[in-house]
Amino acid sequence: MAVLVIADHDGSAVRDSTNKTVTAALALSSDVDILVVGSAAKAAADAAAKIAGVRKVLLAESGELGHQLAEAVTATVVALAGGYDAILSPASMDGKNFMPRIAAKLDVAPISDIIEVVSADTFVRPIYAGNALETVRSSDAKKVITVRPTAFAPAAEGGSAPVESVAGSDAGKAAFVGEEMVKSDRPELGAAKIVVSGGRALGSAEEFHAVIEPLADKLGAAVGASRAAVDAGYAPNDYQVGQTGKVVAPGLYIAVGISGAIQHLAGMKDSKIIVAINKDADAPIFQVADFGIVGDYKTVVPELMAALG
Amino acid sequence: MKVLVPVKRVIDYNVKARVKADQTGVDLANVKMSMNPFDEIAVEEAVRLKEGKEHHAAGTATEIVVVSIGVTQAQETIRTALAMGADRGILIQSDADLEPLAVAKLLAAVVAEEKPDLVLMGKQSIDGDNNAVGQMLAALLDWPQATFAAKIEIAGGTANVTREVDGGNQTLSAALPAVITVDLRLNTPRYASLPNIMKAKKKEIAMKAVADYGVDTADRLTVVKVTAPPTRSAGIKVADAAELVSKLKTAGAL
Ligand SMILES: Cc1cc2nc3c(=O)[nH]c(=O)nc-3n(C[C@H](O)[C@H](O)[C@H](O)COP(=O)(O)OP(=O)(O)OC[C@H]3O[C@@H](n4cnc5c(N)ncnc54)[C@H](O)[C@@H]3O)c2cc1C
Ligand SMILES: Nc1ncnc2c1ncn2[C@@H]1O[C@H](COP(=O)(O)O)[C@@H](O)[C@H]1O
Repeated sequence: MAVLVIADHDGSAVRDSTNKTVTAALALSSDVDILVVGSAAKAAADAAAKIAGVRKVLLAESGELGHQLAEAVTATVVALAGGYDAILSPASMDGKNFMPRIAAKLDVAPISDIIEVVSADTFVRPIYAGNALETVRSSDAKKVITVRPTAFAPAAEGGSAPVESVAGSDAGKAAFVGEEMVKSDRPELGAAKIVVSGGRALGSAEEFHAVIEPLADKLGAAVGASRAAVDAGYAPNDYQVGQTGKVVAPGLYIAVGISGAIQHLAGMKDSKIIVAINKDADAPIFQVADFGIVGDYKTVVPELMAALG
Repeated sequence: MKVLVPVKRVIDYNVKARVKADQTGVDLANVKMSMNPFDEIAVEEAVRLKEGKEHHAAGTATEIVVVSIGVTQAQETIRTALAMGADRGILIQSDADLEPLAVAKLLAAVVAEEKPDLVLMGKQSIDGDNNAVGQMLAALLDWPQATFAAKIEIAGGTANVTREVDGGNQTLSAALPAVITVDLRLNTPRYASLPNIMKAKKKEIAMKAVADYGVDTADRLTVVKVTAPPTRSAGIKVADAAELVSKLKTAGAL
């Protein structure tokens, strides 16, 4: 059995979610190849080759692949699919975008967001915002799977797999027009050891910057937000933690002025330690918090900054 | 432009799902059911495309057809969409909870019949959390896909779609026909007014059976079991920030 992992990368390096997906792949088979698709992604392919346990790295380059457009990625992967029994990708926004398309082209039922590999055909995945865990057995000859990175440890570095070029499709149906990326020097939300998230309570973008970001910076943390904070424009969409946003599982998650709706909990309740700061003692977030402070964030956060020294 | 909007009847988003004791699934008996929230956003956008609300030119959409695959009660979900402003509905009755591949195949068959210029749908159903059908439908039709839409602009047979991606936003342009799946920030769906609810009662819902479409809807996945996730128990309340920091240090979190 051979497994293809589609890498999540930025052109020069692979993201930690790729290493985690390799761990899931190695639970299926010891023949694991990584596919790097991009426009100029040799450096990322070289980085992927260093992941331990990888058999080889395939590099597919074309202009269209630079933005991971679903149609071009799908055509590229489908052309390679004959050699593999399973195709895995992290459940990143890109992975969620192209993997079901690949599955449909292969006439396979995709399996989204797995958190456990039970056996070569059986997987566990959360449903209903994580309020239930479904164990499914696939009868498809080829499996197409996205992997929830927070559920797997990253595969170690130290490998030296060969890198091989393969054809990259430029079959485009939709054309890239532009992008607006949030620039930040903070750690990546999905991989950070500490996350500080702000909710609707912050009341404005200025307040979010003034309160949440300094606390995050003091802790070397990534910044997250509830949907309400994102919808109101206090934080970029990419910060949303939850059922339909990012799933995080840091060592420490600090929720400031977040009530703890089911959909928010779905994205953070696997964090090791949860801290909640909320003025309402009955807020549902306290039901999952290891340490709670009932109080106004306007006084609690400055005190916390001071106590951290 | 004709717009097709697939809508799914799901557990209401305010209800916390509970796993059945026999581990066969989630208990939906006597649970409030509603339209999948993302599908409401898709219906709202279709209606705005018709009315010319926000940045859309009036009449960008000329007809809105909603389609649901599900139990007989999914008619209520279709009625809700009709009350929001959709023109007519199709219910493909199925008591089985079909997998995304089967749903996508049925929708592709509906597209072949209805020939819409645009399929506008939710990015994810909040029960199965698959986030798959839209992308699969686009693949089966060999149409472009623009998923996780935060803004849609349609002019001259082209859709410009701003998508929520990791790290920010990306804008794509796709010639119609295309499949667009919507994200939370696209719009805030309206509540249907009483007169519109009354009007919706007269709108047509065509009743169909899965067999009418002649597609293979066999399951590919077997649900072995459905279990409750490990529960977290509430911890303690601390008096102040100083106590919090000392607890976090003891716990090794700082
Ligand atoms: C389809 C769908 C998908 C969704 N997906 C997500 C998702 O992925 N992520 C997500 O987060 N949500 C999601 N939601 C939204 C979710 O249901 C909640 O509406 C949202 O999480 C609420 O955000 P909040 O906790 O910031 O706001 P609120 O619920 O309004 O809570 C604000 C909290 O702040 C507290 N507060 C107010 N003032 C202060 C103060 N001065 N000091 C301290 N505390 C204060 C209040 O007591 C309250 O508990 C989704 C909803 C739907 C329908
Ligand atoms: N049974 C169904 N009937 C109609 N539309 C559906 C059905 N299942 C899924 N969809 C559509 O597909 C979208 C994505 O669903 P999913 O891939 O299941 O998360 C939903 O938001 C709906 O628009």
